[in-house]
Amino acid sequence: MVCWQSVSVWSVAGRVEMTVSKFMAIQKALQPDWFQCLSDGEVSCKEATSIKRVRKSVDRSLLFLDNCLRLQEESEVLQKSVIIGVIEGGDVMEERLRSARETAKRPVGGFLLDGFQGNPTTLEARLRLLSSVTAELPEDKPRLISGVSRPDEVLECIERGVDLFESFFPYQVTERGCALTFSFDYQPNPEETLLQQNGTQEEIKCMDQIKKIETTGCNQEITSFEINLKEKKYQEDFNPLVRGCSCYCCKNHTRAYIHHLLVTNELLAGVLLMMHNFEHYFGFFHYIREALKSDKLAQLKELIHRQAS
Amino acid sequence: MAGAATQASLESAPRIMRLVAECSRSRARAGELWLPHGTVATPVFMPVGTQATMKGITTEQLDALGCRICLGNTYHLGLRPGPELIQKANGLHGFMNWPHNLLTDSGGFQMVSLVSLSEVTEEGVRFRSPYDGNETLLSPEKSVQIQNALGSDIIMQLDDVVSSTVTGPRVEEAMYRSIRWLDRCIAAHQRPDKQNLFAIIQGGLDADLRATCLEEMTKRDVPGFAIGGLSGGESKSQFWRMVALSTSRLPKDKPRYLMGVGYATDLVVCVALGCDMFDCVFPTRTARFGSALVPTGNLQLRKKVFEKDFGPIDPECTCPTCQKHSRAFLHALLHSDNTAALHHLTVHNIAYQLQLMSAVRTSIVEKRFPGFVRDFMGAMYGDPTLCPTWATDALASVGITLG
Repeated sequence: MVCWQSVSVWSVAGRVEMTVSKFMAIQKALQPDWFQCLSDGEVSCKEATSIKRVRKSVDRSLLFLDNCLRLQEESEVLQKSVIIGVIEGGDVMEERLRSARETAKRPVGGFLLDGFQGNPTTLEARLRLLSSVTAELPEDKPRLISGVSRPDEVLECIERGVDLFESFFPYQVTERGCALTFSFDYQPNPEETLLQQNGTQEEIKCMDQIKKIETTGCNQEITSFEINLKEKKYQEDFNPLVRGCSCYCCKNHTRAYIHHLLVTNELLAGVLLMMHNFEHYFGFFHYIREALKSDKLAQLKELIHRQAS
Repeated sequence: MAGAATQASLESAPRIMRLVAECSRSRARAGELWLPHGTVATPVFMPVGTQATMKGITTEQLDALGCRICLGNTYHLGLRPGPELIQKANGLHGFMNWPHNLLTDSGGFQMVSLVSLSEVTEEGVRFRSPYDGNETLLSPEKSVQIQNALGSDIIMQLDDVVSSTVTGPRVEEAMYRSIRWLDRCIAAHQRPDKQNLFAIIQGGLDADLRATCLEEMTKRDVPGFAIGGLSGGESKSQFWRMVALSTSRLPKDKPRYLMGVGYATDLVVCVALGCDMFDCVFPTRTARFGSALVPTGNLQLRKKVFEKDFGPIDPECTCPTCQKHSRAFLHALLHSDNTAALHHLTVHNIAYQLQLMSAVRTSIVEKRFPGFVRDFMGAMYGDPTLCPTWATDALASVGITLG
């Protein structure tokens, strides 16, 4: 819930009305290196939003930003932190451009592109918006995006100028008892490729249905980039989650063991899966950086798209 | 009696325990267990990892805490994932990737804890599975067979367990049946060279029955003895007397494993009474309720009083939780929606138990165990004389006075 004075959020402590001064007081206590500015992002959670409402979200966000910057100027402690400006504007091109241009005029350290998370059907339209938005932003400041997590979507955003991704993806995968297994080594040795590919093809063949799991926020389905360790076929699979992965889980445990932990509702399942999913996802980003440096993004993209369902 | 070992073979039975020191006053001993997966210093507390996992902590964390033996549960593992699978995974050690020792209990205790789902006959215990309604018969032979597949270093006989609050002929029946089942377990044991089968002394709270059980079972050629059927709902006064009776009749050169104990005070007193090995779910379970064990008792970290307490749980504790985190942080975590605090507390509580046992052992080796007991009681109860009556009586019975 947002008004001109505040953004209301619901936490374990109940409803908190976040005014600019309250927000900045918290930042002063936390002393983060960066923080995302208070903004009106409500439009991205609603289906059909009027242009009037979208316009308001841009105006409010700029007002919050200006007020936060003013408070920052008055505090030595706050000046040690960098403010990230938030680009709003829903699905309206005109408003997105306005938000981008106006926010870029302010002395922010970077830009968060809000409201681009969503299900795959809306992503294509949003990617077009994304390109237009980043074109308006200075080259020398980082661009952050939240809620974009699937590897194929990540690459699309990178191609359109995004630098940092904030997402729950590895955590969500863990919570549904799954492990990320997609390949991202676009230059593997041929033998490895064959083994991994055979494995991956088996997974895709066996995926009869994509299970829908209700989690917080938008609909979360098991993607083709992961395997579901609860499935009976892993009961006697003594391989690691991913061959060659150097995470603690893959170095020490088997799929069969993780399957057992999940079936018996043991706490350790989440611990081990989380370690793997982080390492795997970080590994993916390492390969993205390598691909960009050696101009091989196209190969990586092709590899990822082959695994997208 | 069928299956009784001869005197000659008793003399030649391999000893897995080496005594290093004995308290000159009490019955406390410090020793070493020589097991297939390494040496274990005693007295020892063994954390319980029922389903091939120590509730949320990794084997690496457990190893780093100095744990060298922990428990798995035959009944649970026998159902899920089952002995065949575990055997394929190179035994329980391979399946959970634990390089040190494992002790599996026989499934006997589930007869008490899952009494509504079980039925006991001379044949064995018939369980109805809570997962799929299937019936399984856990006989002495089946229990040993499963434990042979699990490959644990110490395996327990299947005993006929009755709750310590039960009285009457059932207790006697269970005691004699446990002896018969011990013999059946010994006969069925396929791997005596790799796995050490322990007997379990029963007899409830009846001194005569217990004495009979002790006399009979010590005739059998087993590497170790457990004291069972206690640590249920019985009074502490009866409890310690049965422990003392048991240790007085058990051979000195074999380990004494007191099952289901427990609380810090109980551990210290029962070491004084002559026990070497202990197991209990209490420290790991209480961690999951937000309770941290300390020398003065426990801290209920959910409580508001810890909201701004920036010290560690215990400044003397060397565990990773106390090295890195404050009570305030753990308090905040306990009020959040994730399980992180439970993992930190589990690590600490296991560390507490292991550090306690280590301190006990050192005091025995350094010939100052009685003084250690006095200091321990002082910290726990404010003054050694304020410790519970049963503990004072128990300690007095072995020559340790707290006044």
